[in-house]
Amino acid sequence: MAKIIVVTSGKGGVGKTTTSASFATGLAQAGHKTVVIDFDVGLRNLDLIMGVERRVVFDFINVIAGEATLKQALIKDKRVENLYILAASQTRDKDALTEAGVARVIDELSKDFEYIVCDSPAGIEKGALLAMHFADEALIVTNPEVSSVRDSDRVLGILSSKTARAKSGESVREHLVITRYDANRVARGEMLSVEDVKDILAIPLLGVIPESKDVLNASNQGSPVISLPDVQAAEAYKDMVARFLGEERAHRFLDPSSKGFLNRLFGG
Amino acid sequence: MAWMDIFRANKPSTAQLAKERLQVIVAHQRAGALHAPDYLPKLQKELLEVIRKYVAVGEDAVNIEVERDGDTEILELNITVPSSKN
Repeated sequence: MAKIIVVTSGKGGVGKTTTSASFATGLAQAGHKTVVIDFDVGLRNLDLIMGVERRVVFDFINVIAGEATLKQALIKDKRVENLYILAASQTRDKDALTEAGVARVIDELSKDFEYIVCDSPAGIEKGALLAMHFADEALIVTNPEVSSVRDSDRVLGILSSKTARAKSGESVREHLVITRYDANRVARGEMLSVEDVKDILAIPLLGVIPESKDVLNASNQGSPVISLPDVQAAEAYKDMVARFLGEERAHRFLDPSSKGFLNRLFGG
Repeated sequence: MAWMDIFRANKPSTAQLAKERLQVIVAHQRAGALHAPDYLPKLQKELLEVIRKYVAVGEDAVNIEVERDGDTEILELNITVPSSKN
């Protein structure tokens, strides 16, 4: 039986797709057969971040509608063994996504895969609700910023009341993933710290990804940031995946970079 | 630590303000999730419709609040009707 993990946040633009792509890639690199599904019908982006946009022939909605088989729609990653992508439809409207349809596809995938990563769209509408509906675990992607934290808290409420697990009296295991973290700004009192966000959301911390120019570089070239060599964000994602798989690893990149004396004196 | 910090030492940092605001928002949000079931607005609307069959009351005549007292939730219903003059 596969483990189903939703990557969610409520707020848009915080790094759900970036995290989904790197998380799924990391799981596959660790030898686990993994599929990552884009639930953002009409606004698909996971294919671009994974660099497979030119290989999408059939998508998630085609499979739900019975117009294609799962085998036809799954895109096998060319760089990483064990990794598959199921793209969202770019043209259909969201009504094409049905609970029964999603259940059937996830059920079929469960037979073949160890991990099913569901990349949720922003918001708390149907696509987002369905992405989290069948989840066993959830990565809550949060920026250290007021609107993102509030939205994450809202999503936590939904995870514990509206999902299949919640309805059967079980709970979805929640993990906090803080992205775009700038330790220098935290040190200057300009940004919520990891501890602040943990205090407010009160869920276990899985990873902290530092703010990094490399994330844009990675998406420019259609390669998940975790695959870039010698990059802090990649290292942070690798740590996150290792922790998810049960390894104990200290959090890195939480301290401000050392600045020169003059900079420290006048930099503020 | 810029030397300018001396002059703004007593001012709370913006991160501190953010945390305080969030604590209030989140507490409110969670209390709301606990205390206000989804059906409340509909219940309020339907009650108003029923009352209006008998008494002419305004839009704000029905007021519903849910309070939590230990393990029990108390649904408090206030209906304001105009005093009847014979």
